[in-house]
Amino acid sequence: MSDAPTQRTPLYDFHVRHGARMVPFAGWEMPVQYTAIIEEHMAVREKAGLFDVSHMGEARVTGPDAARFLDRVMTNSYAGLKVGMAKYTIMCQPDGGCVDDLIVYRLGEEEFLICLNAGNAPKDVAWLQEQSKGFNVTVADECKQWAQVALQGPLAEEILAKVTPVTLSGIKRFGFAVGSVAGVDGCIISRTGYTGSPGFEVYMPATGAEKVAEGIFVAGKDQGLKLAGLGCRDSLRLEACYPLYGHEISEKINPLQANLGWTIKFDKPTAFIGQTALLEQKAQGLSSKVIFFKLDDRRIARQGAPIYNGDVQVGEVLSGTLSPCLNKPIGSALVKVPDVEQPNLAVDIRGNRIPMIVVNEPFYK
Amino acid sequence: MSNIPANLKYTKEHEWILVNGDGTVTVGITDHAQTALGDVTFVDLPKSGDTFGANDVFGTVESVKAASDLYCPVSGEIVATNDALNANPELVNSDPYGAAWMIKLKLSNPAEVDSLLDAAGYQASL
Repeated sequence: MSDAPTQRTPLYDFHVRHGARMVPFAGWEMPVQYTAIIEEHMAVREKAGLFDVSHMGEARVTGPDAARFLDRVMTNSYAGLKVGMAKYTIMCQPDGGCVDDLIVYRLGEEEFLICLNAGNAPKDVAWLQEQSKGFNVTVADECKQWAQVALQGPLAEEILAKVTPVTLSGIKRFGFAVGSVAGVDGCIISRTGYTGSPGFEVYMPATGAEKVAEGIFVAGKDQGLKLAGLGCRDSLRLEACYPLYGHEISEKINPLQANLGWTIKFDKPTAFIGQTALLEQKAQGLSSKVIFFKLDDRRIARQGAPIYNGDVQVGEVLSGTLSPCLNKPIGSALVKVPDVEQPNLAVDIRGNRIPMIVVNEPFYK
Repeated sequence: MSNIPANLKYTKEHEWILVNGDGTVTVGITDHAQTALGDVTFVDLPKSGDTFGANDVFGTVESVKAASDLYCPVSGEIVATNDALNANPELVNSDPYGAAWMIKLKLSNPAEVDSLLDAAGYQASL
């Protein structure tokens, strides 16, 4: 990691005021928890949780070629996307490895906003600007202009409705609307999230972050809304089997290996960067794949823990945590393809071989 | 502020030691340690009869965030372990100095107790 000074989101004072424990994450000082990870996790599953995700980056793509440009750099297709809708996608390297995973919002016919992972934002903006040569588009770095909160959980809609005039029921999954939240104009309210529970993500001008966060918190706290940190964000996304960049997807793990083939549109009019490499891999067969597993044990298999088929190491753990909903350790792993079908895979945790129970659907739906 | 009872001894690695006066000590981890770990999900303890030297790793305490080694504060033989932590590891969070004691150790060199920190010394090390 670099020694660059850590950045603070516009909600830093908000976190400190609410008793957060702050930790360094992807170059940012972020709240890992306010009370306890499991308590915050269950609040999101049963009621609602409010996350600061302002460390995420934003880039705006504008111009007559905007949709065609995105179809060139992204695996998913944007030419036919309706204004007011968003799509999840991977941005690939020429070899098929992932530059990042992203959500792209269509703000207008010739205008898109891209949400970038915090640790990848500078790399992503540079990549987008480099690839935009030859297209009639502008790629603007808007990371500093925006702040972002995620309001997630079964009560999210009811709570958000108290602080916005926008008709939330009119926003479909992966749809969004622009309006005011807690008196702050120009917010993007999208029905998206990274927890597996229903909810919204709200993008607002950085100057309005405090007002929006405090407004939502006050509106929801009597209904059980809890402030939620990065600790439970990770356990929530892993229960939902959502990938995290640097774990299930990376420059070395491509979207086919990560079971994200559904985000790849090989039949677009514009071939995307990485398409040739991914088609070749598809034809040849993948060397290794991402799987999700649980353990009938109390020990958590952490990132890097080796996976064995008999005496042969055939993979390693990518992410691991305790699932508060199952009260069992869960995780993801990269496993060699012939072995991935084996029923007797085991993970080594501090010298103990624990049998892995491979699952084919999310731990929480 | 974390709770640091005056009647206990401590290590810089955040174990507490209760000197029982019968040649044994009881060992657990401090309030400061459990706060730093967060939700404890698993405690891996040795068996009675196992022997350890001072500063040897005698077990592991695991939280949602990380697994941390437990260091034996003094040398000796395990005479009891707290089986309640198998089923209820969260006791480490709720009652670190009481119900979440971890091991009882028969001292092989009682003089080692004198080199442990007292409450003020531990407080100063934080």
